[in-house]
Amino acid sequence: MDSDGRKLEQPIAAGHDPLPGHRRHAPPLYGVMAEFESPTDLVAAARQVYHLGYRRINGYSPYPIEELSEAIGFTHTSLPLIVFIGGVLGMLGGFFMQYWIEVIDYPINVGGKPYNSWPAFIPITFETTVLSAAFAAVLGMLILNKLPQPYHPVFNVPNFAFATRDRFFLAIEANDPKFDHANVIELLKSLGAMEVNDVEV
Amino acid sequence: MRDEEVKTPYTEGPMHSTSPVIDPGLTFASVTDKISSIVLKRKTSLAWFFGFAISFALFQLMLLAMTNLVFVGIGLWGVNVPVAWGIDILNFVWWIGIGHAGTLISAILLLLRQRWRTSINRFAEAMTLFAVAQAGMYPIFHLGRPWLMYWLFPYPNTMGIWPQFRSPLMWDVFAVSTYATVSAMFWFVGLIPDFATLRDRARSKPFQMLYGMLAMGWRGSARHWHRYEMAYLLLAGLATPLVLSVHTIVSFDFAVGIIPGWHATVFPPYFVAGAIYAGFAMVLLLTIPLRKFYGLEGFITMRHMHNMAKVMLATGLIVGYGYIMEAFFGWYSGNKYERFMIWNRMHGPYHLYYWALILCNIITPQFLWFKKIRANLLALWIISFIVSIGMWLERFVIVVTSLHRDYLPSSWGMYQPTQWDWSMFIGTIGFFFTLLFLFIRFLPMISIFEMRTILPEAEVEE
Repeated sequence: MDSDGRKLEQPIAAGHDPLPGHRRHAPPLYGVMAEFESPTDLVAAARQVYHLGYRRINGYSPYPIEELSEAIGFTHTSLPLIVFIGGVLGMLGGFFMQYWIEVIDYPINVGGKPYNSWPAFIPITFETTVLSAAFAAVLGMLILNKLPQPYHPVFNVPNFAFATRDRFFLAIEANDPKFDHANVIELLKSLGAMEVNDVEV
Repeated sequence: MRDEEVKTPYTEGPMHSTSPVIDPGLTFASVTDKISSIVLKRKTSLAWFFGFAISFALFQLMLLAMTNLVFVGIGLWGVNVPVAWGIDILNFVWWIGIGHAGTLISAILLLLRQRWRTSINRFAEAMTLFAVAQAGMYPIFHLGRPWLMYWLFPYPNTMGIWPQFRSPLMWDVFAVSTYATVSAMFWFVGLIPDFATLRDRARSKPFQMLYGMLAMGWRGSARHWHRYEMAYLLLAGLATPLVLSVHTIVSFDFAVGIIPGWHATVFPPYFVAGAIYAGFAMVLLLTIPLRKFYGLEGFITMRHMHNMAKVMLATGLIVGYGYIMEAFFGWYSGNKYERFMIWNRMHGPYHLYYWALILCNIITPQFLWFKKIRANLLALWIISFIVSIGMWLERFVIVVTSLHRDYLPSSWGMYQPTQWDWSMFIGTIGFFFTLLFLFIRFLPMISIFEMRTILPEAEVEE
């Protein structure tokens, strides 16, 4: 599994050295990263790359771009389901905790009300629902994103610090079945990239 | 509708005032550099140290008041039968109410697609968190034996006992602790991409490491953003009913009791409106000097001031309606205790508080009807200040005047806060500002990545 939870095949096909002759042991390659100046250029390039059949691609931008995740074919996330399950568990847990305590384990007669005076349990049930769903949302997001992750190859790209400022990046990863080092560099340059860099693992 | 919004992201319709949401000359780079330089490059000004020193000194007063309270006991405070809830419970309600504006701005306005919220939500959320921190201390120290506060939580114990979940005070424990936790998570999640920005901009190693650790390796991947946006939206959806529930439950602390003046169905909506009213007053109180001092007029524009003033006016009118309804219910109930309670509020020993409250909370906000006054920052600041005092008085009137004369005249009494009540209150104000000063110095007070999204160049052209 790579950092985004997709299954990896062979990192680089055998006998297919991406950097022949440069060093005795060429460093393994994570992929190729292209730098763009505007979100429009990035989204157009991502669409084109996806259209050409590349699937192990990823965009990097300083703010969320809805069109970008669509362009790289990433439109589904199971986060809402996780949050829903978290909420339901919180609701059931909250209510039955109170039920068990007030009815079974420690019944106290308060003003002749029934032990299971459920309307009085609703406020806390509501709070535990929200609390549990919120934890599911935050932890679910972090776990699905594989964060915290102190090291990632893309940080090796010289200009990548600008991905949190005003630059837009598109990576084609070396484990893509269609990945061919020279072709990919050529393709990204033809799509208007300002700069194209190898990303070492 | 959507297309129109995309084409003109920072202008508004004829219904709104003419100022833009963001200075049109800003770019990705200038937004990033301007906000992050406040944290990373700008020399810490003498005024910051001065303000921080005063706040920190007052914070020490809080620690002193608390330590003394723990050693001596609750008798230090002016609370006694019949007024067992003095200004300490009042301050709890006041602080937590202030917090509500932050959640309203960050969550409810997000769901309503109010783009102007973007430049004030980070700051307002921080304010929420710090206000809730102050609020939480009051009920704990009001317990008398605060070191046993964990008894409030349901945990299996050797005493074989459990908390009583039918009590609104238990609901309060859950509501406030959930609110504090969810607000903190919402705030932290919002900060992650900005931590990454600071990590990449920081020049010194310790700050690179500090922000790097907080950013948790955020790299702006499109897949990450997609899940991030979903999580943020869901959190906003969860925080919205949560914030309404919190002050509703706080109002249940009163409304479920049978004290005259408390036992009213109008309490939940009236408390929630009051909370938002007080909260917006506090946001204005803080942002007006802050934007001037840090030169943030391009981010927090007059449009924000107008909108916040309008929210204050609207919620102020709801609160005014609440006061009128309280008086009406007192009369219409035909119940002599309820009628006496209203008469006592208006003419009893605390009548000055009541009329000051009406002046602060009903009369003062009426000035906000005028555009000229909304455009005058000094006037707006003064009105916000008066409203903050008014909301404090409102809780004083509710807590004290209802308790000091209820059913049995032989049990009537008077309440006088002691110097230790005041020390605690002033001390929490100091603690609040201490946290706020640290926040504006070490964290981006405006959400950088969200500001990028409202720039004209952020749109993807087809």
